[in-house]
Formats: sequence, C-alpha cells, structure tokens
Amino acid sequence: MTAQTVKLCETCPAYDASALKRLGVKVGAADYVVALAGNPNTGKSTIFNALTGLRQHVGNWPGKTVARAEGGCDYNGRQYRLIDLPGTYSLLSTSVDEEIARDFILFGKPDVTIVVVDSTRLERNLNLTLQILEITDRVVVALNLIDEAQRHGIQVDARHLSRRLGVPVIPMAARRLQGIPELLQAVEQVAKGLYATRPHRIHQFGAKLERALNGLIAQIEQEYPGLPNARWVALRLLDADASIEQAIREHRLGDLNRDVEASGTEKAVPAEVVA
Amino acid sequence: MTRHTLDQLEIGNTAVVRRLNAGGAIRDRLMDMGLLPGTPVLAEFRSPLGDPVAYRIRGALIALRRSQAREVEIDLSEGACQ
Repeated sequence: MTAQTVKLCETCPAYDASALKRLGVKVGAADYVVALAGNPNTGKSTIFNALTGLRQHVGNWPGKTVARAEGGCDYNGRQYRLIDLPGTYSLLSTSVDEEIARDFILFGKPDVTIVVVDSTRLERNLNLTLQILEITDRVVVALNLIDEAQRHGIQVDARHLSRRLGVPVIPMAARRLQGIPELLQAVEQVAKGLYATRPHRIHQFGAKLERALNGLIAQIEQEYPGLPNARWVALRLLDADASIEQAIREHRLGDLNRDVEASGTEKAVPAEVVA
Repeated sequence: MTRHTLDQLEIGNTAVVRRLNAGGAIRDRLMDMGLLPGTPVLAEFRSPLGDPVAYRIRGALIALRRSQAREVEIDLSEGACQ
C-alpha cells in the first residue's frame, strides 16, 4: 500500500482509522483467521477489499485450479488473515468451487466465519447461513446490500434476525463502506470470545440415528485424529454423499489442513494494491 | 387423486411441492434451490426445445430438466385454479 493510499484512508470518515490498518498481502503470523463465505454475488470481495486494501489477490490452492484470495488487516493491534472464498449456495453440493469453500469452512478452522448475505434475497441466502451455523458457532452475518433492499422497499429487522440466528448481524452497504467499522467490531468480539454466540441449530435426531452417528464419528476420529466437524462428515456419510465417501476412500479428508498450513504468505502472488 | 409431478405443470400455472422423490446429490441440489414441501412453484416458460423449463421458486428463476422435475411431487389444488 502506498503512503498516499494510507493517508487517504485515514482521512476517510468511513474508516475507524485509529483502529484499522489495511495490510494488503503483508500479513505475517496472524492472530486470527477470518473466512468470508456467502452465496455468489453478495459482495464478499467488496468487503474483502475494503478490509485489506487489495483489489485482487489470488492465492494458490495446491492441486486446484480454482483460486481463493487472501489478505490481511490490523484492527486494534491484532492481525487478521482474511480468506475470500468462492461463492456457494450450500455446503452439500458438488461443484469444484463450492467444494473449496465447503472444505475451508469445515476443516480450515477459521476463528471467525463472516457469512455475507444479500438482503434482497434473504430467504435464499439463509440456507447457507443455517448450514454454516450447524458446524461453527463463531459466525458474523454481514447483511449486505441493504441500500439495494431499501430501494426495493425491503426492510430487514437485523436485531430480530440476530436474536433468531444467535450471532451478530451487521447491516451493510459495503460498496459505500457502510457498516465496515461495525463489522470489524463484531468480528473482533466473536474472535476474542467477548460475544457469546448461540447459533440456531436443529437437533432433533432420534436415538436410533444418534447411535448410528456416534458409531461413525468414533471411526472417523480414529482414522482422522483431530479432524474438525467429524459429526458433519458422519451425517454426510449417512446421507450417501458420494464426494465425501470418495475423499475418505482416497484418504484426502485431512489434506486441507496441510494445505492451509502450507499456503503461507511467502508463497503469495504479489497483489495489485488500490492506488 | 392422481399423483402429479412438476414436469406435468402447465406453463403459467402454480403448484405446491408435496415431496421430493429424488435421492442423493440431486435431492440435496433441489433442496438447496429452495424446493421443499410447501413451496409454491410457478412454471414460467419452456426453452425452445421444450426441456428444460424455467420455474419461479422463492423469487428466483431456476431451470430444471424434465428428468429433475419428474422427481418433484406437487399438489395442484392451490395453483391449478388460478
């Protein structure tokens, strides 16, 4: 980032300049890893760029042709590594893009997952939101495009939505940088455990199903010690998810964790910086 | 009452999803697109070759092949009279 850019950012009132430093790709040992997830075209990259100061950055994902973007920011003296994931409608699906997003959310152990939702298509977007809330309680919902929703006569009760989902919901118009300071604050509170989330979950499985699940979970954990979300994997197996079956058969389920550790900043491709 | 499936829905008519007969990945995909029991579906238009058909589901326009639409059981009671 150029000196001029920094100066311009600091004079922009939309930024809490004292607290946010946009680090571009120059993020070292981050204190927290934050994943940006959401349906396609909800503004994930707009938020990513606003937080990191990047315009585009493509990080390598070993063995994959589809890319994810990485960058960083410093907020209140803590360093955050941000991962901009490909857009996805679901964690249950099979396209390559969606698999990358799914695998990172499931096995990449992000400290916080920001779920970016389109306020004008809230119902469709809540499908992914609820799926993510099933597997992690460290979630912040970015209720993006509220300016567009208002133009369509849609008003979203963010406080009520937050109570129902059990996680912070931040109304935003990321293109105009509205809500960025509030988003940062919410991410910090969830990352540090200062905001006790109570994610909305559906847990009404019968005793028979629970027995089957527990048996599978034990076997998965034996095969993949320390694998996060073994319960989710077991549920997918019971649902005959062919891609998960194949990943287990080929011993690829643990691969992602190695990839995440291996893709450090020294391997990062130089990024274009907003001038 | 005869059982109807989504591929039988006339263009311009609305029906309500009763159940999904598909399994596995197709079932997941249909549910991800918002096709759950109780969801109203409007058959909006047919592609030039007749397959796929575009359906209006929860505000979004989604194209389904006949083979996929056949997996969706519908109730015509609410929509067919419109």
